Parts: sequence; C-alpha cells; structure tokens
Amino acid sequence: MASFAESGPRRPVVESIRVDKVSPGARATGAVRALIVLLVALIMLIPIYVMFATAFKTRIDVTASPPKIFFQPTLEGLVLLFTDRALAAPARVQELQQLEAQGKLNLFEQLALASGQEITGPSPYVGRIVNSLIIAGASTFLSVLLGVLAGYAFSRFNLPGKDDLLFFILSTRMLPAVVVTIPLFLMFRQVGLYDNHIGMILLYTVFNLSFSVWLMKGFFDEIPREYEEAALVDGYSRLQTFFKIVLPQSVSGIAATTVFCLIFAWNEYAFALMMTAEKARTAPPSIPSMIGRGGVEWAAIAAGSLGFLIPVVIITFALRKYLLRGVTFGAIRQ
Amino acid sequence: MFPTTYYLIRQAMSNVSLSNITKKFRAVTALDDVSFRVNDGEFFVLLGPTGAGKTTTLRVIAGLEKQDVGSVAFDDEAVDTFTPADRDVAFVFQQYSLYPTMSVYDNLAFPLRSPVHRVPEDEIKIKIRSVAEILRIAHLLERKTARLSGGEMQRVSIGRAIVRDPRVFLMDEPLSNLDAKLRESLRVELKHLQKTLGKTILYVTHDQIEALTMADRIAVLNEGQIVQQGTPDDIYDRPATTFVAQLVGTPRINLLEAARQDGQVIIRNSALTLDAPQQKIPDTLLLGIRPEDIKLSAQGKFAGKVMLKEPLGVETVLHIQSGSQNLLALVPGMTDVKIGDAVNFNIADDKLHFFDTKRNRLNA
Repeated sequence: MASFAESGPRRPVVESIRVDKVSPGARATGAVRALIVLLVALIMLIPIYVMFATAFKTRIDVTASPPKIFFQPTLEGLVLLFTDRALAAPARVQELQQLEAQGKLNLFEQLALASGQEITGPSPYVGRIVNSLIIAGASTFLSVLLGVLAGYAFSRFNLPGKDDLLFFILSTRMLPAVVVTIPLFLMFRQVGLYDNHIGMILLYTVFNLSFSVWLMKGFFDEIPREYEEAALVDGYSRLQTFFKIVLPQSVSGIAATTVFCLIFAWNEYAFALMMTAEKARTAPPSIPSMIGRGGVEWAAIAAGSLGFLIPVVIITFALRKYLLRGVTFGAIRQ
Repeated sequence: MFPTTYYLIRQAMSNVSLSNITKKFRAVTALDDVSFRVNDGEFFVLLGPTGAGKTTTLRVIAGLEKQDVGSVAFDDEAVDTFTPADRDVAFVFQQYSLYPTMSVYDNLAFPLRSPVHRVPEDEIKIKIRSVAEILRIAHLLERKTARLSGGEMQRVSIGRAIVRDPRVFLMDEPLSNLDAKLRESLRVELKHLQKTLGKTILYVTHDQIEALTMADRIAVLNEGQIVQQGTPDDIYDRPATTFVAQLVGTPRINLLEAARQDGQVIIRNSALTLDAPQQKIPDTLLLGIRPEDIKLSAQGKFAGKVMLKEPLGVETVLHIQSGSQNLLALVPGMTDVKIGDAVNFNIADDKLHFFDTKRNRLNA
C-alpha cells in the first residue's frame, strides 16, 4: 500500500466554499434570482394548472365566470372521456338505482347515473392513446436507431458525396409537412397504408430521420476519435469499438434525440388527422373531436389533454439527467 | 523488482521496418519515401518539428492510417493488410485517450479483455496489480479517469500499453502535455521501464532533450523525409544538415556564413578567421560552432564584446559580438563577466561543422 505522502488524499477535493458565496450581498442576489426564476416558472405553469383544474370541474364550474379557484372536484370529466353513454329510460334508471343501493355499481356508473345516463362501453379515447403509444414509440425507436447508425457513419467515414447526402437528408425538412399530405394520402391509400399503424410509423420515422441523423452526427463529431483508435489498437473491431466505447459516451446525445423525436411523433396532428380514421387514429386529432356531441365538454377535453401530456412528461423527466450535456466529457486533455 | 515485472517480461521478438512509405493527404505529402528499421528491444525516437510527419508514421505502423506506397513489416513479415487489432501494437496517445466512462482498473483491463487477447479475469487482476505497482497508480484503480491529474492520466495510459505485452510500443509525444518537473521524472521512469522490460519502443517527440536523453537511436524527420538516422552522439556531433544541427542542442548552434581564402576560413562580417581544415572544402560555406565549443580565455585568439548574459545556474549563455556577428557561447557555472565587457575566447577547431551552400554536411 502506498503511503499517504505518495498517494495524496483518496478523495479528490471537488468543491470549495468561495467568499462570494458567503457574503450577505451575494446571498441576497442569489435569493432574489431564485425568486424570479420561481415566479417565471409559476407563470409558465398556469395553463397546465388550468387544464388540470378543468379536468376535475363539473360542467357548471367550468364555465363559471369569474373562474372558480376553489371548487368541489368531480370525476365527471373522466367519465365523459373514458366511456360512451346513453340516456337511460325512466324504468332503467330505477333499475340502476336499485343496483346502486345494493352497491353493485362502480364509481363511473354511479356518476353517469347521477345525470340519468347509462354507460354503454369504453370510449375510443383509450384505444387512441394506445395507438399513440405504439406509433410514437415505434417511430421514435426506429428514427433514433437509424439516426445513430447514419450519424456515426457520416461523422467518421469518408463517404463519397457525404456533404451532398447530408444536404439531401436535410432538404426533407425544407417544406411544410402539410404540403405533402395530399400526395402522401393518395399513395398511402393505393398501397394500403392508409389508417394503418405501419403507415404512420413509417411516416413519422422518415419525418424524424433527418433531424436525428443531423443531431447524432453532431454528437459523434464531439467525441474525439482517439478513444476509438485506442480501442482499435487495443484489439477491438470497429463494431465492438462502437458498442463499447462510442455508445456509452453518446448516451446524452441519444437521450436528447429520443426526447425530440418522441415529442414530435406524439404531438403530430395534421398527418394523423389526414392519414387515419378509426383503426390507427392517434390521440391528438381525437381530443378536439370531443367538442362535437351535445355542447363542448371542456372537462373531458382537459382530462384528455392531461392524459396525453403524462407520457411525454415521464419520458422527459426520466431522461433529464442526460439532457444536461457534458456529463462524460473530460478525460482527454485538450 | 522480479515478482512484479515477471508477468510483463516479453516473450516475442519484435523489430519493425518501414520501407519506402509514402502517404499523401489530398495535395499534402505527409510522408515521402520514409524507410527505417527499429531493432528488437531498442528505444527508437522519431524527432522532428510539428508537421514533420511523425504522428502519421506512427499511425501507419499502427494501421490507423493506410500508406499509399511502401510496406510495413514486423519481424520481416509484411503487416500491411492487418487490422490495427491484429498488429498487436500498443499506442500511447498524446491526449491520453483514457475511456471516460470506465474506472482506471477497467481502462487497464480493456485491452486484455479484447477478443484478440481474451485474458482470464484472475490473470488480468494479477497483471494490473503489477503494472499499477510499477507505475505507482495502485491507489487510483477504482477512480474514474476524469478525476485524475495529468501525470496520473499519462501513467494510466502508459500502463494500458505495458499491461499487454505487445510486439512494439508506439508513443506519440506522451509527455508533452505535462509540466516540466513531471516530464523530467516520467522521462527517467520510461527509460528505466524500457530497459527493465526490454521492450521495443518507437517514440515520437519534437523535444530534442527527450530524444537525446532517452533514445538508443534517433531518426530526424523533416517535411515527411528522414534527414538523418543515428545514435544521439551521431546526431549531436555529426549533424547531417544544418536543419539537424539547429534542431538539437540548446542553446542553438552558431551558424555563420564563411568563405575560404588562402588556407583560411573567414567568417563574414566579423574579425574571425580560422585555419582551414585538411579536407577539401568549397569557397563559400556555412560554419557551425556549438556554443560549448567557444571557450573564454584571457589569452584567447579572438576578441568580442558581451552583449547579453543568460545565467542558468549550472551554466551561463553569453551573447558575444564580433564585428556584426553574434555568437552564443556556453560557459560552465555562473560567471562574473558583465554585459559590455570585452572578452577573449578560443574556438575548438576540431569540433567545427562545415556545411555546403545546400546545407549538407561536408566534414566526416
């Protein structure tokens, strides 16, 4: 064992208390700054709050003016969102009330009964959220996978016509997506991809690909080649080097690309509206369609939007550590 | 030393020879017909200024770069078609290139775990222990590499090379990013390591002191061409061109325009006249005088005036003016000569270097 004098302290000193962090003036500025940030964050969160509150308001509370801050929360909105209902005949209402007295009705059925309705089945919303998950998930996976491979190739190899290819890939982003919806619609119908999961996955993958290739190329460009060369000399093949050395270092890049691709595919509205009907319809075009029946169901729309928000928030939160760049960089002296 | 180094004693012979290597990057010729041979167990240094093609040479040998013309052979077997992995060389990079996502231990184990080597884990442990002891990094093994100092990083990267018993070590300016003190001590360590392990090392540097102190043999590279090969003595005492003469030695060699006249060599723009040597020399030539060959002496044949003085402790550099020529002279220790003093000096005429106008060496 080496002595202390030879080895120095085991733990490197990584933090220090600086004078400017102790002085009262500096502390006050710090507190004011934190306060401002907090205020801005609160202002930004107001729409989210309104959405959240609306989802749990009764139909009367939703339209109350001035808007109610304090209200009796209800799950009516969720019932509207998740179920299809029919007006029950008076005889049927009595029957249901008896069942309720016996405790044989679940919460949703009780709520529906309160407004004289009977639940006839689940609403299409659930299926559409599932469609959204499948389509956004698969297309994100594909575009990130292809983006990683292509980005690495563009970053490291001398491909013939590399710059032209990169420009060509980028050019798919140079016109508004809506412009191509009609030709795409015709083509999709012709080859049987209309209202089809695979069709939507393909569409979103292609649309995200230019973005993910460019983004990943940028991340790979920042990883010094020496690491790979060291690994090549150490006895690894190009592919092994890629998996063992390059991928672990590009985690933050992959995470960032994933989040961006996912958000696009998850939020996309125009294509989804045009290219899907029942089978493969995703959540975004289906939420506003709830406006139609018997007045605007704001609670249902708010609840639908809230449910739609949750997966993206979870993913972004899970990956936020990687979104902060520069975690792994540092062992090469520049 | 025996128990620790035992695991690292090399088994295979390994010499490296390059024949007629030419490498171009688009319009730029990085290497132009480079040939040399590194013998088994030799410490061979490639010396040259920035952009001379030193790193490219190493990369060609490692297989990271493919030469346009010529052939690389290990133990007289051409390896031009081999991948870097198959060549079995170890590369120490200037930038260290430690894998940032791994601990020091994993960095050292990485080459041993490769599909080419596949050393069992318990053997890896023993090897890493012994390497860590030699390089005094045993206490760092669990650390992430980003938490190391420059000297520690470089020791780990040297460790990653020696843990493996490769055929040859390729080192690309491994000490150039370190501070002067550390560089000096690692220089000694490296030389010691090479002598105890008996490995073949091809070492690239632009630092002539590193070259002179460590090398068994030196090849001087300039603009992609080998200018001279030889032992440190050859390079210093018999530089083949003025380029080599000026590259090695601090302070720099005095290079003076001179003319031959009536058995005398007259240095331009000065009062200095030397006896012409026995051998045949042309009428106009360049004369090289190493600063240490100018010796102050009260009865000296030549006179000059001290313009500047740089005391370095162990020696002192004097700038002596004679006519409009400025000569650098090196005197041992501190001296009480002051700026502005008139001094007399002698020139060791058996140590003169003569170059023709094409800057090539004339005397043997």
